[in-house]
Amino acid sequence: MDRLDELEAQSIFIFREAFARLKKLALLWSLGKDSNVMIWLARKAFFGHVPFPVMHVDTGKKFPEMYAFRDRYAGEWGLDLIVEPCPPVEAVDPTLPPAARSAARKTEGLKLALAKHGFDGLFAGIRRDEEATRAKERVFSPRGLEGHWDVRDQPPEFWDHFNARLPRGAHLRVHPILHWTETDIWAYTRREGIPIIPLYLAKNGRRYRSLGDADITFPVPSQARSINEIIAELHATRTPERAGRAMDHEAEDSFERLRVAGYL
Amino acid sequence: MNAHAAAEVAIAPNPQVTAARPLVRIVIVGHVDHGKSTLIGRLLSETGSLPDGKLDELKAVSARRGMSFEWSFLLDALQTERDQGITIDTSQIRFRTPSRDFVLIDAPGHVEFQRNMVTGASQADAALLLVDVAEGVRTQTLRHAYLLHLLGIRQVAVAVNKMDCVAYNEDRFRKMEAEITARLIDFGLTPAAVIPISARHGDGVVERTSAIDWHRGPTVIEALDRFEPARPAAALPLRLPVQAVYRFDDRRIVAGRIQSGSIAVGDEIAVAPSGKRAVVRSIETWPSMDAEPLHAGAGQSVGITLDRELFIARGDLIARADNLTPSGRSLRAQIFWLHDSPLAAGTSLTVRVGTAETRGVITAIANAFDPGDHAVAKPDTLAQNQIGQNHAGEIEIALASAVAADAYADNPGTGRIVLDFGGRIAGGGLVLALIRESATVAGSDKASAAERPQARAARAAALDRALAGLNLAERLAGFRKALDGAIVFTTSFGLEDQIILHHICEAGLDVDVVTLDTGRLFPETYTTWEETEQRYGLRIRAVYPEQAALEELIAGQGINGFYRTREARIACCDIRKVEPLGRALSGAQGWITGLRADQSADRANINLVSVDRVHDLLKFNPLFDWSRQAAQDFAAAHAVPVNPLHQKGFLSIGCAPCTRAVRPGEPERAGRWWWEDGSKRECGLHIAAGAAR
Repeated sequence: MDRLDELEAQSIFIFREAFARLKKLALLWSLGKDSNVMIWLARKAFFGHVPFPVMHVDTGKKFPEMYAFRDRYAGEWGLDLIVEPCPPVEAVDPTLPPAARSAARKTEGLKLALAKHGFDGLFAGIRRDEEATRAKERVFSPRGLEGHWDVRDQPPEFWDHFNARLPRGAHLRVHPILHWTETDIWAYTRREGIPIIPLYLAKNGRRYRSLGDADITFPVPSQARSINEIIAELHATRTPERAGRAMDHEAEDSFERLRVAGYL
Repeated sequence: MNAHAAAEVAIAPNPQVTAARPLVRIVIVGHVDHGKSTLIGRLLSETGSLPDGKLDELKAVSARRGMSFEWSFLLDALQTERDQGITIDTSQIRFRTPSRDFVLIDAPGHVEFQRNMVTGASQADAALLLVDVAEGVRTQTLRHAYLLHLLGIRQVAVAVNKMDCVAYNEDRFRKMEAEITARLIDFGLTPAAVIPISARHGDGVVERTSAIDWHRGPTVIEALDRFEPARPAAALPLRLPVQAVYRFDDRRIVAGRIQSGSIAVGDEIAVAPSGKRAVVRSIETWPSMDAEPLHAGAGQSVGITLDRELFIARGDLIARADNLTPSGRSLRAQIFWLHDSPLAAGTSLTVRVGTAETRGVITAIANAFDPGDHAVAKPDTLAQNQIGQNHAGEIEIALASAVAADAYADNPGTGRIVLDFGGRIAGGGLVLALIRESATVAGSDKASAAERPQARAARAAALDRALAGLNLAERLAGFRKALDGAIVFTTSFGLEDQIILHHICEAGLDVDVVTLDTGRLFPETYTTWEETEQRYGLRIRAVYPEQAALEELIAGQGINGFYRTREARIACCDIRKVEPLGRALSGAQGWITGLRADQSADRANINLVSVDRVHDLLKFNPLFDWSRQAAQDFAAAHAVPVNPLHQKGFLSIGCAPCTRAVRPGEPERAGRWWWEDGSKRECGLHIAAGAAR
């Protein structure tokens, strides 16, 4: 087994554990490269099926290419797609910096969707190498009634044994690709032939390294016009992946505040 | 942006894409403030692994906080961590050397966050243990070292830090080297290297500076470069714990991850603990390949089909028929304990072995000790009957159902247990031996471990006095606090039960909520059950009659035979309620019920707390002195979901065929088994076995 095989085996194991232990699951599809890999892995785990709904919590501000991608592959992959809207920015904590406040709409939309559907587990495609607070995540991460992340009291998790008993009114975030890196995602996408949104590839010397809302996500300088070139560029770069995501950089703790409140 | 741009880029699969460089996961452990975060910052900085702008950002954060530059800010990502200057949770960060990729896992050294250290360290292939040369070996140095051993990490190097504080004195280093090496060997670990360093100034980390020119061994980076990734146990016999059995597209697929060995189409396999056999028909994959694989090996997540329809379920363990996994109902293990209440004999908890999960009771504890003790302890002072938080010891557990496991020495992957206490992982350890003769072991040890009868009666009386003057919420909290082990609350969704459940949920008490589903309950009761789960957001554990006994009963007396004679009715109660109750309460130390003294003459003498000798526990009736009116008022005031049958004159609700409404003025339980003579209207749950009902 090479590293990609090991990563894949671990992710499949996590999918199957969650499916065995939780009653009402959904997979959060942000339409980006990570959640596309996550859907692919779910299909591997369940032999071509995705036996739970795939939910897009839609800010309404994604790039047109992302919506086109969603609508095409929801059908082609046989997904049970749920699209849920987000409340307007006025409904969000006004003490957050502007881009973080805009991004927090997704947290609010997620809360409404949870209340509506009563999911007890959500698969989310976050990775430890993306960002420092994500590096401290558990594979099975319990959330409180309001989707709150109690970072001071995370349960122990070892030897692939996960905590799945839910406190009252809570749900679990399950992170099947927590142990992957950005390079792993691209190498696996290449190996498996998973389709991608073209915004990730360089055009006129710029490409999107991470895709979010169109108004608070910016392309980075790049010449990478194929996945192989992306991988080569990642080996050389020292720019963090989320450099083009405005809400991470407004204040020392702005992204932590988003995450504690329930952001992915 | 062109709105009509192609929505996707098609990519042809390319199986040749691999990530060939080895990846090694290293955990950095040691006592708080011995310099773990500083060392990680130094390593990243000197290997050129920091993202652009990160150093400036850290300097700016330090300046803003009026502090000198702190490397720890790199990994202490949480605001509270930076505010308090301690690492709370484990973090991971990547870096590369010319030969390999590394994941550095920073484990908190603070005693309060040992569960986070375990979480981080359990993912590592190798460890680097830091000791402050000036402060020497401390509690967490030793506890971390012992945990490395129990977590199965065998590649360890030691960095003796802060050499600058002792003027790079070689004698001081040699003294520390001798002490830590001796301690590690005691714990079953042999250090690959002991390295003098100053993380702050960089000596011995990447550079071999002149200050430590007397050091002949490797630098930190050289030591890390010699560590190897842990490999799946391909050479050991096949062990495949079953995660699930799926039915997809007319295939019945047994899914799981191979812990050790390999499996091939045509192999005869045996399933533990049942011992059933079958032959592997196929190994399933998606997307399907031109040639389906014929074998799979350790580490792979697989799906297999078999040549016959065996009853296989999650928790079973597949092995080759010629190399069976041993199974048993009792085992001995060497464990570490993380929960804040100590683990004592008699404690009931959930035991996980691979994908199997069963209730268990600790029947004996031996050699409990604190690995962090500095003094060289004498064996006779170590013998303790409980294992405290962050301590270790040897336990013996009696299991509710048989599980398959190996001794850790034979197969690490299937030789480990995880202990789940109050719904949360609280400890884990290595299986020393599986004890196959469960009856004798569990029986004899339980007697020795159990509380003496007089002591228990005195305890019940004391608790009864202590809790009587309190309100319901305080009574429940007080009872929970007084008992170390599991407490079971049995509910039939009657008015009283609902009020107790409401309080348990409001306070978030660690109580196992159980219902006995006889199969003959009213539809309204099931509705109330579901409503209750939704209102309080919990899943109530349902216990069912033994299938074989029930089939035999119905074959003998017919589907409604209980109406014919009192004996037939009692036989039915026994099978549908009394026997399942025994299983529901198995291993528990306390039992909460909704009994009230004024429900019937039989119940007039019940106490708040009493000893239940049948089930070997303390029985707790927190509503014993409530009136029905008080219960109704409370339920109405707090919108507690109640069984709609109460409105229709059903005061005490049991099985549908055996309960009717009562007329105003009739005794509350007059509607139970109404056709029988006399006032004894009990099924047997709440009286001693064998007494008249």
